[in-house]
Amino acid sequence: MWRRLMARRDKSEPNSAQFDDSYYLASQWQLMWRKFRRHRLAMISLLIILFLYSIALFAEFYSINDHHRRHVKYAKAPPHNLYFVDEDGNFHLIPFIYDLRQELDMDTLQRNYSEDRSQRYHLRFFVKGEPYKLLGIWETDIHLLGVDEPAVYFPFGTDDLGRDLYSRTMHAARISLSIGVFGVVISFCLGCLIGGISGYFGGSVDLVIQRIIEFIISIPHIPLWIALAAALPPQWSSIQVYFGITIVLATVGWTTLARAVRGKLLELREADFVMAARISNMGDFDIIVKHLLPSFASFLIVVLSLSVPGMILAETALSFLEIGIRPPAVSWGVLLQNAQNIRSLSQSPWLLIPGLFVIVTVLAFNFLGDGLRDAADPYKQ
Amino acid sequence: MSSQSKRRLMKNYVLQRLVYLVFLIWMVSIVTFIVIELPPGDYLSTYITRLEQNTGEQISEEIVERLRRQYGLDLPTYARYFKWLGSVLQGDFGFSFGWQQPVRDIIGERLALTFAIAILSALFTYSVAIPIGIYSATNQYSIGDYVISIIGFIGLAIPNFMLALILLYIGFKQFGLNLTGLFSPEYLDAPWNWAKVGDLLLHLPIPILVIGTGGTAGLIRVLRGTLLDELNKQYVITARSKGVGEARLLFKYPVRVALNPIISSLAWLFPSLVSGGTITAIVLSLPTAGPMLLRGLVTQDTFLTATLLMFISILTVIGTTVSDILLVIVDPRIRMERAAN
Repeated sequence: MWRRLMARRDKSEPNSAQFDDSYYLASQWQLMWRKFRRHRLAMISLLIILFLYSIALFAEFYSINDHHRRHVKYAKAPPHNLYFVDEDGNFHLIPFIYDLRQELDMDTLQRNYSEDRSQRYHLRFFVKGEPYKLLGIWETDIHLLGVDEPAVYFPFGTDDLGRDLYSRTMHAARISLSIGVFGVVISFCLGCLIGGISGYFGGSVDLVIQRIIEFIISIPHIPLWIALAAALPPQWSSIQVYFGITIVLATVGWTTLARAVRGKLLELREADFVMAARISNMGDFDIIVKHLLPSFASFLIVVLSLSVPGMILAETALSFLEIGIRPPAVSWGVLLQNAQNIRSLSQSPWLLIPGLFVIVTVLAFNFLGDGLRDAADPYKQ
Repeated sequence: MSSQSKRRLMKNYVLQRLVYLVFLIWMVSIVTFIVIELPPGDYLSTYITRLEQNTGEQISEEIVERLRRQYGLDLPTYARYFKWLGSVLQGDFGFSFGWQQPVRDIIGERLALTFAIAILSALFTYSVAIPIGIYSATNQYSIGDYVISIIGFIGLAIPNFMLALILLYIGFKQFGLNLTGLFSPEYLDAPWNWAKVGDLLLHLPIPILVIGTGGTAGLIRVLRGTLLDELNKQYVITARSKGVGEARLLFKYPVRVALNPIISSLAWLFPSLVSGGTITAIVLSLPTAGPMLLRGLVTQDTFLTATLLMFISILTVIGTTVSDILLVIVDPRIRMERAAN
């Protein structure tokens, strides 16, 4: 499979037999879509990203328990094992779990869990549970997964307060995934504006802006981010902190976008259609917005998809250091705070699971960006 | 172009970069000052509260007023900036309230360790990335190439601190080792001697591995891509048809060409290593600038954090300038292009 995935460059070159009429009649966007579809890894990544964002949108539906609720009986419980075969060797099509029983080791004062094998709890799909509002509008209580009472299902285990790590991870997707997009949107607006001005006017304006960008790129980002994030007032609400962090991330993020925009604009500035627009007495601003920007929209999409993962990683790092998103709001970085020291990590390694989501998201965005880059220039073979 | 005029162009370029460097350092001082000014409330009120808690006495308005004047808090912002700049230029970085020591006395060793680790990570990155990148490109679609590609992608995607945590976990569970810190307990406060250096060398591999992974993965990807492009070019086929040996063929031209983007990566690699080092150091509790910076920011130890931030940035900017000049020396094409501008 890897061979087929990686061999895309060679396989994607259409041989002459493939050029039927539809190829020549297709619009530019149709050609891009065709080329993108041939990049399997990017297609898979696109599906993964859509799935992850569906988690962010419908976190309550995907989660099993209320993500703030403390299950005292199950503090620091390991993830449940899923079984298909029971004690007697019978196979069950629908997997099941055993309830966990807590025992306190009197010597080490550690909690140990053992499975209570007397009762099987089969997974139930679309079960009724905690009521919630879907997308904040429709009242419902249907959850994707669940088990019968009195057992509680913890696919990723619990933290030291007994909160369901799986449901918390689902809810955390909201902040972690949206902050990447918002951060990029803000960087994008700044980058386009400043990069656009720089590339369009050229000369000394360009020189000054480029020097400023070079300066920002050449100082280390993370210390700067830490300094800015630590300056957010402690009494701010979760929402304010969220936007504060987004703006902090964007203060550095816009630079690369501005550079890319400028480079492309310098190329396009000399194009004939710009000259035509100028002769027709069109204003500078209108030329930038109406002619220059749309003509490299595809290029922008590529740059955007490649800058989202950087934002997500930065938010995770800041929240991990306890200067980003603040509890009770949850992001993947906030969840990873629990795994900060070696003692809790060695006792409950499952606390690292939210980090897997970060890795998968970042990988998926990178592959998607690769695929989009190949597709962005559909005429290049 | 004669060699003399080339040398003159070169000299001009270096001079130009040095002037620009001074300008950059000045910009750093402005950014640092903004960071000092950003937090709500000033550091003096924090300091007075702490003083009152320690001594249990109310501090009189008069003393507060005097302190305000001493620190220049009654001046307008721009005047405070120049006052601060003046004392920094005289080597006075202020007093750390958290450490109860002048800032100058506590940051030296930490900054030195920070940059030693960044430079060693850069060496690690290049010495690993270049051979693996060449192997990966010359053995395209082999098992090794796939394994390297997969590991490389994961290396790019995994946050530094997660990698550090995973290594800590493995070290603790499998070998019962505590991999944090840079020194064993007995050398912590010991003066520098060879035994302490040896101890340091034993502790260095983990942080270097963690900090270097991201950059290594990125460089392998770049090198593989450019080298593959070069290997398909006509001149390689021509050379092969003339009977040039494979090894000689590979290293004489394609590798040299493909190394160019790697060399120019030096400029951005260095800031990113210092950056990545900050978080890694916090997770691994290394005695470098990162943890000190974080703690100082959280406790509003303003002079300490400002000085740290300034020195990290200045040293990075110097590193970038040096690598830019090196690049021009190494690559004749860039030399011409830049000198001409």
